[in-house]
Amino acid sequence: MDVKNLRTYFYVKEGELRAVDGLTYSIKQRECVALVGESACGKSVSALSILRLIPYPPGIIVGGEIIFEGRDILKISEEEMRQIRGGRIAMVFQEPMTSLNPVLTINRQISETLQLHLSMDKETAALEAVNLLKLVGMPDPERRINDYPHQFSGGMQQRIMIAMALSCKPSLIIADEPTTSVDVTVQAQLLDLINNLRDQFNTSIIIITHNLGIVARYADSVNVMYAGRLVEKGPTNAIYENPRHPYTLGLIASVPRLDLPRKKNLSVIKGLPPNLARLVPTVCAFSPRCKLAVDRCNKERPELEMVEKDHYVACFRSSEVNQLVEDG
Amino acid sequence: MSDIDVLVDVKNVRMFFPVIAGVMRRKIADVRAVDDVSLFIRKGETLGLVGESGCGKTTLGRCILKLYKITSGEVIFEGVDLAKLRGEPLRKMRRHMQLIFQDPYASLDPRMTAGDIIGEPLLAHNLAKGQQYHDRVAELLSIVELEPRMALRYPHEFSGGQRQRIGIARALACRPKFIVCDEPVSALDVSIQAQIIKLLTDLKEELSLTYLFIAHDLSVVRHISDRVAVMYLGKIVEITNSDELYANPVHPYTQALLSAVPIPAPSVDRLRKRIVLTGDVPSPINPPSGCYFHPRCHKCADGCNEKDPELKNIGGEHWVACHRV
Repeated sequence: MDVKNLRTYFYVKEGELRAVDGLTYSIKQRECVALVGESACGKSVSALSILRLIPYPPGIIVGGEIIFEGRDILKISEEEMRQIRGGRIAMVFQEPMTSLNPVLTINRQISETLQLHLSMDKETAALEAVNLLKLVGMPDPERRINDYPHQFSGGMQQRIMIAMALSCKPSLIIADEPTTSVDVTVQAQLLDLINNLRDQFNTSIIIITHNLGIVARYADSVNVMYAGRLVEKGPTNAIYENPRHPYTLGLIASVPRLDLPRKKNLSVIKGLPPNLARLVPTVCAFSPRCKLAVDRCNKERPELEMVEKDHYVACFRSSEVNQLVEDG
Repeated sequence: MSDIDVLVDVKNVRMFFPVIAGVMRRKIADVRAVDDVSLFIRKGETLGLVGESGCGKTTLGRCILKLYKITSGEVIFEGVDLAKLRGEPLRKMRRHMQLIFQDPYASLDPRMTAGDIIGEPLLAHNLAKGQQYHDRVAELLSIVELEPRMALRYPHEFSGGQRQRIGIARALACRPKFIVCDEPVSALDVSIQAQIIKLLTDLKEELSLTYLFIAHDLSVVRHISDRVAVMYLGKIVEITNSDELYANPVHPYTQALLSAVPIPAPSVDRLRKRIVLTGDVPSPINPPSGCYFHPRCHKCADGCNEKDPELKNIGGEHWVACHRV
């Protein structure tokens, strides 16, 4: 899949809100790409744009292309889109408790997708649902298939969501903060599960998260977003070992690490993420919080430039970022 | 545990919540939220408390603050048994212990201004009036790095990080000695999280506070705590100083918990040994026999399902509850 210059704007009382403003990235088969950033940086909106699930009004995809399996999914009809949604591209949402329907058994909910996309009859779909639950490691699926969502723990609910996402063997799964509502031990189980399933079915994965540890462990490449735009992208190792954008560096340095001796103080990115409605689109959005900001940052907007193979950064001062590391 | 400098001493605390069912409203079982916990917190230290959701960390924090009537055991604060206090002496004591909540969106009254929220404890305890009150509110706002003029704004006008600062200012209003921080940063973004952690550490130094820091993020707990206690199903399974716990975890649960945390450095993370726990935390209504952790334990052996392990000292400050140590 290729996302080219995607722009999704929201029109609200305060004016035009550029939630995603010129996002370009691509994902290969079997690749796991991470979208990283803080809340309201546009990472979830960019995922919903791929599925064309942006609520209109107030939101609208104003431009760009999303080429998926040879077609621009922003140009196809709603009917065709429905075939792709849940079929070729599936999504795992953040909160399983609010994404599952509380009054339907999980059998109904998993079978629905199967009956719709793969035109199975009710009985085959139910059998397939049991298989899917087995696949995601649900104990005793034959008995539990007729239970309701509230009878499962958070981790199990998220497994059900994963089973539903897998039901039509999609070629792309978008996981939006799949583990924020569960504990670390369950988080490890779920992510290992997603990772194994990727190997088994050759699925590509877009994982949206703010947890840099998860990204380091599972992603092949990383896209760092800030205020609706990419500020840095590249292979995971390059991003962690040689971050070139001050924001990426700040993010990495502001998380305490278990493997290093304790630091007296964490380094802190000062200030708050910007209000998107008041953002000036012609300057660098990070400059008010940036230690390296110079005059130019307040006059022009940096574009992504290649700093090494596959590694792109949008910063005028990217060659001076190492200086920050030395200063601590 | 007879140190003179112990501020909070928790002895064999149990907190069982009854499960009531049927038309007769009969008690059919207990939720053993906190099950025989003993620990102490020294003056000026930060004790971290970690564990998965539902393990009783929050309940323990609230038992210490006497927000629940504990089923059995003692909580001794500055040499005074809190269970014996009632009325005015208890109110006076409450001034010295405060709570910072997890969710900065749910914990602030949307109809009160930031100033009123922060000043309310001052009025409740009769600590300030008139100009003195306004000065103190302004001072508290600047302590948490907000501007005094923000006192007139309402909670919805603040961001998550700023709201958490208001919560902290309110907790500091009566100049407490002890603060229970219940997941104070888990609802915040990474960059804001670091700001709040720094604020909490600075305040501790400046105001010589003592913290009980409850969180599920092990890296954050390690960063901020002097000692760390690990809880599982209402019991403390391991407690020691922070560096020791992370360098040399002894309890299989601690080991699994630590190995589950991904390290934000791909080259380091790939080399780590991982212990993946299977299943979920069992129900505290009907806990497993013997050691509560044995059904999920990778070191489980004969006898683990029969006897409940005691918290044993294995040298220095290091205490572990495991048969296999």
